[in-house]
Amino acid sequence: MASITLRNIVKQYGDGFPAVNDVSIDIADGEFIILVGPSGCGKSTLLRMIVGLEDITAGDLLINDVRVNDKAPRERNLAMVFQNYALYPHLTVFENIAFPLRLAKKKHSEEEIRQKVTEAARTLELTDHLERKPANLSGGQRQRVAMGRAIVREADAFLFDEPLSNLDAKLRGQMRSEISQMQRRLGVTSVYVTHDQTEAMTLGDRVAVLKKGELQQIASPRELYEQPVNLFVAGFIGSPSMNFLPATPAGDRLRTPIGDIPVAADKLQTVQGRQVVLAGIRPEHFEDATLVDEAKRPQGHTFSTELTHSEWLGNEQYGYISFEAEPEIHRLLANLAREMDADELRPQIVVTLDAASRIRGGRPAELWVDTSKLQLFDPETGINLTRDAEAGRELTAEADAARKEEIGLARERQGVPVQG
Amino acid sequence: MTVTTRQKQAPEAVRPGGRQYSDRTRAERRLGWLLAGPAFVVMLAVTAYPILQAVYDSLFQYRLTAPQDREFIGLRNYAVVLTDEVFWRDLGVTLLITVVTVAVELVLGFALALVMHKALTSVRGLLRTAILVPYGIITVVSAFAWFYAFDINSGYVNHWFNWVPGISPDLNWFADTWTALFVIMASEIWKTTPFISLLLLAGLAQVPDELTEAAEVDGATWWERMRRVVLPNMKAAIMVAVLFRALDAFRIFDNIFIMTKGAYGTETLSLLAYRTSIGRLEIGLGSAISVVLFICVLLICFIAIKLFKVDLAGARGEKS
Amino acid sequence: MTSVKNTNRRERTIWTILTVLVLVYALFPVASIFATSFKLPSDLSTGKFLPTTWSPANYEQILVGNAQELFLSALRNSVGIALIATFIAVVLATLCAYAIARLDFPGKKLVLTTALAVSIFPVISIVTPLFNLWRRIGLYDTWPGLIIPYLSLTLPISIWTLAAFFRQIPWELEQAAQVDGATTWQAFRKAVVPLAAPGVFTTAIIAFFIAWNDFVYGISLTSTQAARPVPAALAFFTGASQFEAPTGAISAAAIIVTIPVVLLVVLFQRQIVSGLTQGAVKG
Repeated sequence: MASITLRNIVKQYGDGFPAVNDVSIDIADGEFIILVGPSGCGKSTLLRMIVGLEDITAGDLLINDVRVNDKAPRERNLAMVFQNYALYPHLTVFENIAFPLRLAKKKHSEEEIRQKVTEAARTLELTDHLERKPANLSGGQRQRVAMGRAIVREADAFLFDEPLSNLDAKLRGQMRSEISQMQRRLGVTSVYVTHDQTEAMTLGDRVAVLKKGELQQIASPRELYEQPVNLFVAGFIGSPSMNFLPATPAGDRLRTPIGDIPVAADKLQTVQGRQVVLAGIRPEHFEDATLVDEAKRPQGHTFSTELTHSEWLGNEQYGYISFEAEPEIHRLLANLAREMDADELRPQIVVTLDAASRIRGGRPAELWVDTSKLQLFDPETGINLTRDAEAGRELTAEADAARKEEIGLARERQGVPVQG
Repeated sequence: MTVTTRQKQAPEAVRPGGRQYSDRTRAERRLGWLLAGPAFVVMLAVTAYPILQAVYDSLFQYRLTAPQDREFIGLRNYAVVLTDEVFWRDLGVTLLITVVTVAVELVLGFALALVMHKALTSVRGLLRTAILVPYGIITVVSAFAWFYAFDINSGYVNHWFNWVPGISPDLNWFADTWTALFVIMASEIWKTTPFISLLLLAGLAQVPDELTEAAEVDGATWWERMRRVVLPNMKAAIMVAVLFRALDAFRIFDNIFIMTKGAYGTETLSLLAYRTSIGRLEIGLGSAISVVLFICVLLICFIAIKLFKVDLAGARGEKS
Repeated sequence: MTSVKNTNRRERTIWTILTVLVLVYALFPVASIFATSFKLPSDLSTGKFLPTTWSPANYEQILVGNAQELFLSALRNSVGIALIATFIAVVLATLCAYAIARLDFPGKKLVLTTALAVSIFPVISIVTPLFNLWRRIGLYDTWPGLIIPYLSLTLPISIWTLAAFFRQIPWELEQAAQVDGATTWQAFRKAVVPLAAPGVFTTAIIAFFIAWNDFVYGISLTSTQAARPVPAALAFFTGASQFEAPTGAISAAAIIVTIPVVLLVVLFQRQIVSGLTQGAVKG
């Protein structure tokens, strides 16, 4: 088990383009870290630098406080699960899992190898398939063989490179929880690359959001969700995305396309004197006004509008509201969409409504918005002006404590003494 | 409306026929043979007919210089061939050339393939162009190039390598079996290594980078990655390359004809057959040698397919 | 930052060395005969690689001099026979490969196996009966007398290569074109031809190389300038006088027949490589 420290890591390719720029992350022993971001953000490059498949241009990489920049992958004792599983097609499942053990010559006796592989196969429910070739396995089974190879290594850390992206949606959910449980059971430090924010939110103790090679924020999923540092993180985390509305301070209210919204004084304080800011409201902070609890109603604002259309999903429904926007806002939104590798963001608000709501597109409707959850962003720099760093820290500290507890419990169950 | 119905029909129109032989299935079969037939007939006509003729001719005592004396002698030509020391010596030389050139080509070709596989994109085109030159050049031209370089009169190799023990300006490479075979094999290797390296390159490209990377993370050294991951995964490509080259090398003719005409113990079976039938006009005997040569090739194929399980159809893209 | 520059520089040096090595390997014999082709007879036995004076005399001899008749007729034969053999092979192979890739008919496998068997056939084994037969029916020492056996060399590889190419063509495009309103002929011309043409062209180059390279048929089935192709002519070439070795003239002729090869290789290396590997190993 190991801690991994990334200190000002830079990756520059021949053409001088920095694929990873000055990234520093401290990964604690047993922690599950997710690297997430749109394609081309440098997350895979970062992972490949940790494992040693890419050279590090500048900065230090430490495993257990030992600098390993110049060590070959096989000297780092890390295990990696590749996107396409990288199973050796000419070897059986057994030999695939035994492969790393056989490479470490004379370290393991035949008996030992057999025992380790059988043990790993048992935990992964692969016992019946040990003599088959990878070509005859299903996607989920291949995935498990790849993990088996990592497990028998007793590697210091597991690295995952988008391991679920080739599976269908249903299997993906199942494998996600299998990986999560396995990580907790083994208590092994893990770094996991994905572009799927659901995976990021559900798996990670902490999630590192990257954009164009730069680390935007690293925090627990809840902190990212509730206290994002900037527009990019706010927009990238959460589905459907956070809505961004142009807003102008006017007295104790903000003038927005959905009307003048009353905002808490401390929040207004941060934007005093500005012409335009972006107000970020998550879709689920809207509701059909007729379905809002009387007790909750005062912390929000009720307004009239008209949905262009709605989508009923069974457990909830999405409503869409278009608004007019200045060209300047158009440009900002288009820019943000490009950074997030998303389709064009139109000047449109997405709201999540209760499935019971009778509001339909094309008719006037009364909506309620929870203004206490509203966040304000600087349109130019993207900085979250209303972020409460203290609250964020607390959220991440909570997650950290939860992780330690879980690993402790898991080890206790297996009879392993709890580590400090 | 029309569009959707037509889209539905379109795939059916090309799907290979169902179980029952509908009119369309029969039409497709007829068209298949109509298109493939001419090529098939031509191929048979230019090979099957002559080889059968050769089998027939080989049963006769038949010289073009004395056609009237044509006489059926059964298998006696084969007896003559198989008891002739020259035949066995030539077979030995042929096998030696085959084994040595294919072995060297395999190693050299693999090295070349590795270089091309890893080459930066900026030089990849240049490298490919360069190695296609030996492939495309006429074998006779290549033979002359090597011959003139080593030739005692017009060559420069003797002068360049004067310092090597055994090489002096007086060394006549083509007057001794081993030195002559050395140059012959060198020119053969030079000319055909590119082909083998391209086949191996295609094989290399089929081994996903992820596999070698995974092995690297798993702790394999470069050599272990080659031996345990890359080579096993390109076995099919290697086998096919070896078989094709071996069959080709077994038929070696052009280089030897240019350099020594088979003198000084450098004659191969192909040259023997040529010398007997075209040179001495002994059609009967020459045909017998031709048939024996053909049987040798069949034997090599048989051994490769049965013993080494070379899957020609699979490797050549038949199964996809 | 410095480390990246260092590894880059080291890598670049290694690649430069490797590239130069490969270039030397591939081009040295060509350079060697090129140098020889400019040597005067007196210059041949100096033991030097380069000629002391670069003389075009050898080229003059074979192009306008006393060996003109011999060389130019051989060149004409080679070009003509190789082109015709290539053309016939590619036309027949295109039809055949289309049927193999697109149609379902019994005996498909037989056709492919036959092609494979023919491609490994020892040429010398069929040269004797052909020699005999050609003399009887008057094809000896004629163009058709070479074109027909050349098909045994060019046809099998053309069928294999084209079948591999055709298998990769997305034939749905033909139907898509028809759905989009094209007639059968338009769909063929606008969708199929552009997709199939590169493969056919590549196959033609490879087939041409093979026909161009032939030697055994060339020396066995011809006797005069009427049909003797260049490789065979080179082998039987004698000097300007019987006291003079034909080294220079042969070298010059060798260089001239290598030019088309080099041109094709330089222009179409990508296609040739894909053609060679597709025909052989599933790409």
